[in-house]
This record gives sequence, structure tokens and C-alpha cells, in this order.
Amino acid sequence: MANLTTNFIGIKSPNPYWLASAPPTDKEYNVVRAYKAGWGGVVWKTLGSEGPPVVNVNGSRYGAVWGADRRLLGLNNIELITDRPLEVNLREIKQVKRDWPDRALVVSLMVPCDEESWKAILKHVEDTEADGVELNFGCPHGMSERGMGAAVGQVPEYIEMVTRWVKQHSRMPCIVKLTPNIADIRKPAEAAKRGGADAVSLINTINSITSVNLDTFSPEPMIDGKGAHGGYCGPAVKPIALNMVAEIARSAETRDLPISGIGGVTTWRDAAEFLALGAGNVQVCTAAMTYGFGIIKELTAGLSQYMDDKGFTSVDQLVGRAVPNVTDWQYLNLNYVAKAKINQDLCISCGRCYAACEDTSHQAISMSPDRKFEVIDAECVACNLCVNVCPVQDCITMEALPKGATDLRTGEKVGDYANWTTHPNNPMAKAAE
Amino acid sequence: MSNSPTTPGIAAARLHPEDYARHFDDLYPNYDPHEAMVAADRCYFCYDAPCITACPTEIDIPLFIRQIQAGQPEAAAKTIFDQNILGGMCARVCPTETLCEGACVREAAEGKPVEIGRLQRYATETLLARNAHPYTRAAPTGKHVAVVGAGPAGLSCAHRLALRGHDVTLYDAHEKPGGLNEYGIAAYKAAHDFAAAEVAWLLQIGGITLKQGWRLGADGTLADLQASHDAVFLGIGLAGVNALGLAQEDAPGARDAVDFIAELRQTDDLSTLPIGRHVVVIGGGMTAVDAAVQSRLLGAEHVTMVYRRGREDMGASDYELNHAANEGVKIITNAMPVAVHANGALREVEFAYTHPGETGLEPTGETFRLKADQVFKAIGQTLQGAPESLARAGRKLAVDAEGRTSLPGVWAGGDCTGGGEDLTVTAVAQGRNAAESIHETLMGAGA
Repeated sequence: MANLTTNFIGIKSPNPYWLASAPPTDKEYNVVRAYKAGWGGVVWKTLGSEGPPVVNVNGSRYGAVWGADRRLLGLNNIELITDRPLEVNLREIKQVKRDWPDRALVVSLMVPCDEESWKAILKHVEDTEADGVELNFGCPHGMSERGMGAAVGQVPEYIEMVTRWVKQHSRMPCIVKLTPNIADIRKPAEAAKRGGADAVSLINTINSITSVNLDTFSPEPMIDGKGAHGGYCGPAVKPIALNMVAEIARSAETRDLPISGIGGVTTWRDAAEFLALGAGNVQVCTAAMTYGFGIIKELTAGLSQYMDDKGFTSVDQLVGRAVPNVTDWQYLNLNYVAKAKINQDLCISCGRCYAACEDTSHQAISMSPDRKFEVIDAECVACNLCVNVCPVQDCITMEALPKGATDLRTGEKVGDYANWTTHPNNPMAKAAE
Repeated sequence: MSNSPTTPGIAAARLHPEDYARHFDDLYPNYDPHEAMVAADRCYFCYDAPCITACPTEIDIPLFIRQIQAGQPEAAAKTIFDQNILGGMCARVCPTETLCEGACVREAAEGKPVEIGRLQRYATETLLARNAHPYTRAAPTGKHVAVVGAGPAGLSCAHRLALRGHDVTLYDAHEKPGGLNEYGIAAYKAAHDFAAAEVAWLLQIGGITLKQGWRLGADGTLADLQASHDAVFLGIGLAGVNALGLAQEDAPGARDAVDFIAELRQTDDLSTLPIGRHVVVIGGGMTAVDAAVQSRLLGAEHVTMVYRRGREDMGASDYELNHAANEGVKIITNAMPVAVHANGALREVEFAYTHPGETGLEPTGETFRLKADQVFKAIGQTLQGAPESLARAGRKLAVDAEGRTSLPGVWAGGDCTGGGEDLTVTAVAQGRNAAESIHETLMGAGA
């Protein structure tokens, strides 16, 4: 049984799964139940300044995108930060931390962009003895119109400035939560690092409209006939999150900056992928909102079994293992040649690979009158589209040609590693040394 | 309930009144929208889909299922009706497990095909419920076609001809149109008077004059029709029935299964329909199953279906046979009737076990007797009343690929012609194709 204990910037938790700052972490009732279920940590839903709390809409807060069998693939929300009084949240945080000392409890914060506001809230949070703070520079809706959330996260200078205040006025570990609604995720990460952040967490939600009601012509989720963009999350955003995590993990400027990975973690496998791309832990939200806290049993047991299978005895051994393999296109091996292969025993003859290859790719799959589908090696460029559209897992695989074998498409033998930087078609190519 | 399943002899009212409604209601109710979405989600939208190839009417099944997925069952219905105007009935009676669903790749993948038949019913029923007809006729051609027989082949042919702008007179010998849909299939496959509703909806296209109680031969000859119309289509089905060739096979209590089914279909209060305590059905096709199952549903205590060959040779599908077994029908194979024992009323039927011999089926020498208050004979129907001037292919009318008979200007389709395994869906396809052939012939090249 692998040891799932993690120490993320000095914050210990029995497993790498934290619930992200979001509706499930808005109050003691939920957080205690999450801990009982087995969650390793919680980022308490974002606190604002003292005074009257924010108000939420009184209609739909969530919109969704579904896959087959109405499986929830993407969720969008227009909920704001906590709408409960600050003192209530602080009291509950203090109590929960006292009752659950072995679990991580980080408090998400979002206050106006002035030093006094941050100084004031940090004092309150320190009094709760929470393990750390997460600066919410990510929420793309509502609060950003008031100069907070993503409005800060989209300006690296503001990130640096606020992070610096936080580190000046608090001894707590500080995680900066980044918005993906930006062109280059490395810039805000660098700014956070310059400001003294202990870690970044990403991604926050993505600006989105989930659908349009074609009777009322209002965007969803709809409030009295109108809609405002919300933040998109869930399984649909995982690829975007993985890339952004990897960009920070492999950038020379930020590669030593710890990352808490967020974005569509639904099963243990998703979590392992974030860890492999450099995240020190993961935060989960949509999956818990969809299926409830009980999924933690699969998440922990699954990761544990995987680590046992691989011989990893601690989470650290998995973290970052895939980072060296993330590269730029120009360094990909152009002499790597693969061909699709269809396993006739598994094939159910649906012909989706054929349609895809005919209409999109290279007309490299043949179809016999009795619906046998076979790859034409002389045409196949190994694009992988057939694999992607095949409904049967592992029915179509990509098989690499060994070095020296002849690629029937080009008539050339498979050679040694060579990339675009030295390719004769590249006008910028440097002569091979 | 004056009687019970154990009441001796032939008796009505063997069941509680409410049992009849339950027994003869839809075998499977229509999907609700949620069920339809879940079922539709399973379709892979196969390339050149095998289900289309397996459908005699070549409905674009992946397209109509995708239209259900996309929230437009009415559009899905239009896709179905474009190929099969009786798509509603076919959704109920098609042996889908040997046609579209048997070819479904998910049958290969998981042993559980997409439920195409039920999805087709969902789509067609959604559109039929609107009681609006989705087709408008082409400009009048001035041509007039006689269609004989208002069963699946004739209705399909008449509709397509009307669509193309021809005027059609639809002749039928029965009191009601619909043919076997109205008279010849089990009630629970066409509950709530569906056959009549479907015909009424079909006729909304206009241009079709229904002439009922008109029998070919008795009320007019083929020559008469040819003289007064530009073309003739015969969809006259198989009006004759095969006999057992045994003494006393017409003893009181013995009758043809098709007559029993027709009477049942036209009986409003099924508690008035008498049924035997012991019922024997002879035959192995769909008609035999429909007679046997409905005997059980009327309260017969013992119903036995006996077929002279093995189960693999039975015309009824596995699905039908399993359904019959579930309803308590006992199925005996490899046994042929050799004597009907009656003493005024029917008493027993005697069977001999058979095995395949060099010259056909041969008795093994072993015999047995089944008690029988009623015997339903379902050993096949035969062409009857067809004009002698038309060439035959075997025991049916000879037609070419487009449905042309040996006589110019005369087309035929459905069960009176060969090649269709006497399926409703095949009859629809043949009627439709003959209509297109008639249209081309009447309008010349380029029609």
C-alpha cells in the first residue's frame, strides 16, 4: 500500500486530494463531511472583506455540457465568493482546524486590491490557525467586474504586488491561484514567484457560455432572460489545465515553483496525470459536486494501486515524471514512424475509422464488402484519428516501425532522431553538425 | 368471471375483466423521452451502417437516431417515413432481431443492440400523435392507378403513387383497410387500434379513393381494372390456407389460425371470445405464435404449439418463440399431425415424431396424443383468387425486381409475390418500389 501522504509547501495531508475552493467548501457542515469521507484537505471557499457579504443571484448558478447518457462533461458557474458573514466563516474554520489537525485547511481569499484590505483579512485568518492561504486571482465572473479575482490575475504586476503584501503581512504559506483566461500562463506564474508566492494553483475556471436557449434566445445559465459568462470547469477543461500546469513545470523561470493542479480531476488517473506533469497535489471540485464526496475512496485507492503497480512508495516519486517529456513541436522526432493497426478480433465493424480516414485524413483504411476494415500502410500517416473515433478501446493501436524498416508510404527507411530544426525544408534550419 | 382457465371445453370469460385489458395492451409501452434519449445515445452512427443494409426498406437508421439525439423525433419520423410509410407498424411487428438489430454493431460488441425498433416507434408515434401528414402531393399527373389490396403492400404503393401526383383507387375486399395489420397480427402488437389510426393518417395525403368490400374476380376482373386505369398493382396477399389433409380436420373446434386471429382482432370485448381449456396450434411461423400466445392470454390452461421440423426451421424468430414460452406456451418440435380424433366435438390430435429422411420428413414410429378442445391450423397460406393470366413463380405471382408481373401494365407485391419471407416490411418495400416503377413507366424516361 503506497504512502499517499503529501507535504505541499509545508502543509501536510494524508493524501494529495484537496477539495478546491468552491461551493462544497463553503461551510463547516460540508467540510467536516468531506474530511469524514477521507479528503486530504480543503481550500475553504473564498472569503471577502469584513462588512456586508456579497449576494448571489437567486436563479440558476450553474450551466452544463453533457456527453452520452447525460454524463456531465463541463460545468459552468456564476456563483460569487462566500455569501456568508466573514465572522461565521472564520469561527467555523477555527473549529474545523482544531477538530481535524491532520487534514490540510487552506483559506481562499479575495479582497480589494489595496494593502490595508489584505493586511486586515490576513490577521483574521492567522487567528484561525489555518495552514495557509490561497489568493483567488482567478474567478472570471462577477468579482472581476469589481477589480478582483481574474481582474488581478490577468495583470502580472498586480499579482506580484498583492503576493508581496501577503508575504509581508503573514507568515502563512501562500498559494496564488491563477486564471486560465490569459494568453501565456507562465507570465502570471512568474509574477507570483517574484512576489514571493510559495506555490501556484491552477487552473481556475474558464470564461464560458454553456448554451443558448433557442426559444428565449438567452444564454445559459439564464437569469430573467439574460445571461452572463460563467466559469467553466469539469472533465472538459482537463486538457487545458494539464497544458498550463506543464508549461509552468517546464519553464526555466518557474520550474521550482510548487503547483497545486486543478481542472477536471474526476478519477485517480486524472490526478496521476497532473502529478506526473509536475503538480505536487491536486484540487477537485466538479467531480465532488457531481458525484458527492464518496468519490474520494476511488481516488485514493486508485492512486495507491497505481503507485504499487509502478513501485512508487511516495507521491513525490510520481510528481514531475512526465515533465521532461513535454517539449516543443520543433524537437519532435520526425523520423519516428508509426502505422495504425486494427485488431480484427476486437473490431465490431462500425466503420467509424473508415469514415474518419476517408473524410478527414489520408484515405488509408480499406473497407471490404463484408465490412472488414484494414489499414493501408502505404497511405497511413499515423495521425491517430481512427484510434480517437473507434468506440472499442485498444481495437486500433499505433505501432512504431523499428529503425531500419521501410515506411511504405515514403519508401524511406526509418532513421535516427532528427527534428525540424535541421530539416531541409526548414528555411531556418541549421546545418547538422 | 363466470369461468376459469380450468373450465372444461370451449368457454368465454375465463379471466377477470381487467385481465383482458392488461393481457392485450402493448407488449412494450412506447419509450418516454428520457428512455428514448438513453437508448439513442448508444448509436455509433456507423459508416454505411449494417442496420440500413439489413432493413428491407433501407431506412437511414443512424440518421433518424441522431435526429432523436438532437431532440427532433418528428424529423426522425420523417426520415423513417421517407423510406417506409408504415414505419409505425413495422416498428411494432418487424422481427428486428433478425433485421436491423441483428446487424447492429453493438450486438457484435456487447450482445445488446441499439433498440432500433423501439426508437423507431418513439419517433413515428411522436409524429403520428400530431395527426399532421408530413407529405404533400406532386402536381396531378392525370394518371389513375388501381391498387388491389389495402394491406401493407397496397397502402405503401398507393401512398407513393399519390405522392407522385397520381390518382389511386384502393380496392379491398374487407370491411376495414389495413390487411394483415388490421386482421392478421397479435392484438398486443397493434394495441389501441393502431392499424386503423395508421391507415387514416396515411390516407391524409389525399388522392386515394378507398373502395371497400370489393373482391377481385367477384366484383371485377383484372381486365376490367386495366381498361379503366392506367396501371394496376396487386397486393392481394395470400387468401387461402393450407389444409392438414386429415379426416375430421374440420370438426367443431378446429379452424384456421388466421380466422381465429382475425376474429380476435375485431372483437371489442374479448371476454366474450370463447377459447378452449386445451388448445393445440399446428405450425411454426409467426401466425402460429400469435394464435398460441393469444390463446393463453384469453385464459386457455394448456396451449401447445407443434411443429413438424426442428426449432431452427421454424418461421417464428427466437424472440417470438421465447415470448411464447414466457407466456406459457409449450413448444413441441419434430412432430407432425397424423389424426384428428373427434367425437362430435374435437377431443385429441395425434402426432407422430419425425426425423429428416432421404425423401423428406419421415415418421419415427413413435406417436403421442394431445388433448384438444380447439385446434388452430397455421401451416401456411396460399395464393387464392389471383388472375390466371398472370405467370407464377412457384406458388406465388412471378414478378421482376421492380414488381412487374408477366402482364404489361400490371405490377404486384407483398405476400402474393415471392422473396419476402412474408414480412410486413418487405411488403412495404415492394409496394413502394412498384409505385416508383409504375411512375416511371407512366411518365416516361426522366420521370
